[in-house]
Amino acid sequence: MENPEAMSESPSHSVLIERLGGALVPVRRLAPPWRRLLGWLLVVVAAALVLLAHYGPGGMLQRWAAAPELGWAGFGAAITAICAAWAALSLSVPGRRALWAWLPLPSAFLWIGASGLGCLHAWLTPDPQAAALRQSADCLLFIIGLSIPLSVLLVVLVRRACPLRPVLTAVMVGLASAAASACLLEIGHPHDSAATDLLTHALAVALVVAANAAMGGRLLSRA
Amino acid sequence: MPCSLTDTGALVFDGASPCQLSGLHAVPVESAADETPSQRRTAWMVAAQAGDRRAYEKLLADSIALIRAAARRCGVPLDHVDDVVQETLLTVHRVRHTFDPARTYDTWLAAIANRRAIDALRSRGRRDRREVHDEFALERHADADDASAAAEREQRARRLRVAVAELPPGQREAVEQLGLRERTLQDVAASTGRGTGALKVNLHRALKSLRERFHGES
Repeated sequence: MENPEAMSESPSHSVLIERLGGALVPVRRLAPPWRRLLGWLLVVVAAALVLLAHYGPGGMLQRWAAAPELGWAGFGAAITAICAAWAALSLSVPGRRALWAWLPLPSAFLWIGASGLGCLHAWLTPDPQAAALRQSADCLLFIIGLSIPLSVLLVVLVRRACPLRPVLTAVMVGLASAAASACLLEIGHPHDSAATDLLTHALAVALVVAANAAMGGRLLSRA
Repeated sequence: MPCSLTDTGALVFDGASPCQLSGLHAVPVESAADETPSQRRTAWMVAAQAGDRRAYEKLLADSIALIRAAARRCGVPLDHVDDVVQETLLTVHRVRHTFDPARTYDTWLAAIANRRAIDALRSRGRRDRREVHDEFALERHADADDASAAAEREQRARRLRVAVAELPPGQREAVEQLGLRERTLQDVAASTGRGTGALKVNLHRALKSLRERFHGES
């Protein structure tokens, strides 16, 4: 039975439908978000392995033993990266709920809270190993430098889909990349947390997220 | 009657790579009696992803009412609803690989239609803001034979030529051959080696970006 709406469609719609039908070719379905997420995480894990091979796990474990909140901050950053990347990939599929954008929030609180606690700890018991301003600048460069390729890779994965909320998706891309970079920084971080260090990390993350929102939004808006 | 896969051309759209699908089965175009309209559309979309043209055309025709409803819900004026329908159908075609059969087609379509409706409202808002001073412009408008009007026409033509020259090669070719030289689709397809579908899409995109460019200028 013919659909009544189809009967009442305007001639221009009929022409367009006929043209689109004529141009139809089979397509390979987009992989589900979790599988695309695994692809991105593989690259992050590969970067972590390279850093571990270079710095070794000893220094990181010693710092965590001395200041467990640093370990929690790293854990929070890792979970934030995973959740934000999942949210970005999920938001890039039409029909998925925008509520996914809240997913990284709890782990981001853990990340920020534990970092702040570490900073407080360093303030109460001053440590000669605490970061100087120049060392903090190195952290800034590390986070931004590593965030660029991670963001590019995630943008490529997201563009394969159809991000209907380009700016929100780009913010998630930026958050995922910055959080992953901050987590990887823990491996070779040569000093304990300090106010300057924490502020530098926050600045780096804010810069990466803002840059993604500004540029990534445009890159993704073709959808 | 089950439909087999069709392979109607070599046109490849952005984000949609052609391939042979081994895991997909063609579905009957005629719906089962106990099937809801939503389930029927989902089944048609699955078949369309596998290249079933008949199911695809039925699906798109069936989608028009849903798109119109979504556009009206978003507040799109009646005279712009058909634009939203066309833009949504083109988007559906371009991103049909993102549809997941585990979810409903209606939800997927509604998200795209809502977005295109918002785009239409924004575009209309920009146009309205530009046209606020129309009466003032009318008072100052020169006569058609005025030398300044001729200069203005020349300037507009020059801006259009520059804009066309800055289009990506495929889109520029479509505008020059189909729009400016008024050659037939078949002639251009034969001389350029591009599919007619690709030419149509390129022309549509070119016109869209030209519209955005000129509407975006103050």
